[in-house]
Amino acid sequence: MYVAVKGGERAIENAHAWLDDARRGDRDVPDLGLAQIREQLALAVDRVMAEGSLHDPDLAALALKQARGDVIEAVFLIRAFRTTLPRFGASLPVDTSQMQILRRISATYKDAPGGQVLGPTFDYTHRLLDFDLAQAPDVPPAPEIKAEPADTPHILSHLGAEGLMQGEGPGGPEVPDLTRTPLEFPAERALRLQALARGDEGFLLSLAYSTQRGYGRNHAFVGELRIGHLRVSAHLPELGFEIEFAEILLTECESVNQFQGSKTEPAQFTRGYGLVFGQSERKAISMALVDRALRARELGEDMDGAPAQDEEFVLSHCDNIQSSGFLEHIKLPHYVDFQAELELIRKLRRDAAARQAAE
Amino acid sequence: MQLTQGFADPAIDAARVFRIVLDAMSHPGRIVALPGIDAPAPCSPAAASVLLTLVDGTTPLHLAGAHDCDAMRDWVRFHLGAPLVGPQGAAFALGTWPALGPLSAYPQGSAEYPDRSATLIVDGAELRREGARLTGPGIAHEAFLTLPDVAALQANAAQFPRGLDILFTSGTQLAALPRSTRIGGA
Amino acid sequence: MTDYNFAYLDEATKRMLRRAILKAVAIPGYQVPFSSREMPMPYGWGTGGVQVTAACLVPEDTLKVIDQGADDTTNAVSIRNFFARVARVTTTEATAEASVIQTRHRIPERPLTDGQILVFQVPIPEPLRFLEPRETETRTMHALEDYGLMQVRLYEDIARHGEIARAYAYPVRVEGRYIMDPSPIPKFDNPKLDRSPALHLFGAGREGRIYALPPHTRVESLDFEDYPFTASKAAGQRCAICGAEDSYLDEVITDDAGGRMFVCSDTDYCATRVAAQAEDAA
Repeated sequence: MYVAVKGGERAIENAHAWLDDARRGDRDVPDLGLAQIREQLALAVDRVMAEGSLHDPDLAALALKQARGDVIEAVFLIRAFRTTLPRFGASLPVDTSQMQILRRISATYKDAPGGQVLGPTFDYTHRLLDFDLAQAPDVPPAPEIKAEPADTPHILSHLGAEGLMQGEGPGGPEVPDLTRTPLEFPAERALRLQALARGDEGFLLSLAYSTQRGYGRNHAFVGELRIGHLRVSAHLPELGFEIEFAEILLTECESVNQFQGSKTEPAQFTRGYGLVFGQSERKAISMALVDRALRARELGEDMDGAPAQDEEFVLSHCDNIQSSGFLEHIKLPHYVDFQAELELIRKLRRDAAARQAAE
Repeated sequence: MQLTQGFADPAIDAARVFRIVLDAMSHPGRIVALPGIDAPAPCSPAAASVLLTLVDGTTPLHLAGAHDCDAMRDWVRFHLGAPLVGPQGAAFALGTWPALGPLSAYPQGSAEYPDRSATLIVDGAELRREGARLTGPGIAHEAFLTLPDVAALQANAAQFPRGLDILFTSGTQLAALPRSTRIGGA
Repeated sequence: MTDYNFAYLDEATKRMLRRAILKAVAIPGYQVPFSSREMPMPYGWGTGGVQVTAACLVPEDTLKVIDQGADDTTNAVSIRNFFARVARVTTTEATAEASVIQTRHRIPERPLTDGQILVFQVPIPEPLRFLEPRETETRTMHALEDYGLMQVRLYEDIARHGEIARAYAYPVRVEGRYIMDPSPIPKFDNPKLDRSPALHLFGAGREGRIYALPPHTRVESLDFEDYPFTASKAAGQRCAICGAEDSYLDEVITDDAGGRMFVCSDTDYCATRVAAQAEDAA
């Protein structure tokens, strides 16, 4: 006599216990502290903050620990937490020209006011495994010089002053919020940027790369890439004044792209824009290229069906919490649908065989 | 300024009121009873319950006629935070049938987004299971409800899927008339 | 943070969901866009259904959760435990006792009654999506009631296979207006939707859509006069446990020599019949 499988509840409990055990690993190895993750896996923490849309390095470190280092799972934990937080209002726009710069480079000018600052970059490291790191070496502090705090104007503003760079115009009075309003097409640029800022780094990287290889080509230079700290403030109507409530690390990329001009506008440069929480220049550059590609319609450029130019395609698929959830849901039981397919295939084969026999 | 209390237990009370409103909307013409919430006159307790459950700072509200009084405005500001607007920008509107004015003044939704239409809370008129014959989704055979203006409501239903959805409230009673309901003669 | 709000979601989110649900009920079969929230379970695992259920539940409710017709499948267990914890509702496996039933891929065999709410988890709410991937296009088709593409596709099936080759998520027409995806239920379940006295709510979390069938709504499975719709299931089989011939059956492989048997997919239906048979015997 067949008895239907029971015990889903116990199976789940046991799986969770096993997960907890596996997360901890060998008990002879010291437990990983959140401060260690925050300080020593800082770029993973930054990615979790960026795609989780929540700037909190300690929570991101906790999420990474809980997720056993699975970045997308950690992003999911942060998103699920974020959605339960009350929303008090919007901050005032940050002025990135006031960034306390850690890194700032331009590929379009050899030098500019404020200078080029390499900062803590992998760029010119030789990618040779450093076996000394395995031994927990003492690391001497990096050399320092005294820098005068000063505004660092954007390099592309010099092009703007000459009329060579298309202006961006003022934003709308209302900041759209992807997390509060259903996505609707066509989406305005502010909303697109919001989606890209929390979009999956790998997805945006591939799309940006595809534009470089000719799928929606718009030939980008990195006009400026900057990483640094900024203070965030809000205007509280109840108090009648502004308060600073946070200092955050941001990466910003402005790309310079060709624009041939149109009947009404002379040729000028156009801009793609990327802004990401934390230090994440791969993401910021990718975002700038995809932002620029998505402006194809607005700029009257040829639309040749390139994925990166297709707003519906990009915005509907860039969120890795949506995509990984739906992808992985096919692990769930589909007995019923499969059974229905099975019966259908059997019937179609029976019918076909009957037809053949009759002929 | 005297402000009456809202829900005693907001999360639970709102959940209960919603279920009753959902039952009414799912059964056009069915008269349901809502908990009594004190609101400034002339707002009925039923209408106040509906407002507390569905309206907030994201849903512009139109107060019509006698409902557009200082006491009501204060109540809305304190309990709902909803922006007060004219009919053309309203997501919700509250008033007596004559005060609410022509239905065409409210957002009807578009062919692409028929959901972007206003919900009217028609307050004050007694609800009885007689009068216009209602059929359509939510109704097994037929239902009857006293309606203020059959021709205007028939015209609203004729626009389906566009159109307004209407909640009739009186005292602690409520009945719904979604746009999907077909309205026969009285 | 130690405690979550009643039914997990904050009040502003529930109001937004409740407004969307009422619009959905007022426009049967039309997909109302809503701003879906991240839930503590992944997109694709019932977040739409969970949000709709959370917006509907009251403490007095008795909740049943099924996946593939069964109460004991792991995802059903997980969702049921979630609501038992955050909404403190009573849970049940008995269809007759439930006031709210959340389901994935099945409609219970026992006919639903007035006052019951069936909440479906929906992966792809747009019935035209597999014909046209663009939201902007499918929205226009619904607006213009332009369903020619669907008719053509179904007719192509008939031309190729001699019948409409769709076994589940079989599209329906609601009150003669909107074409609607009934979620991936087997087409065997489609007739249960027509004029049901229960309220049917559909939640698609990832896609941010809610739609509804009010009670007593006319729901027709798409077909052609010369190729009428049939609600099929395993041909000529009965449940190996309760003997039912009228229920939807899962096929179970019993050995590696090709042996197989059929059992009810609706575990409550099956268990209720077995209990009744035991009572009759005693």
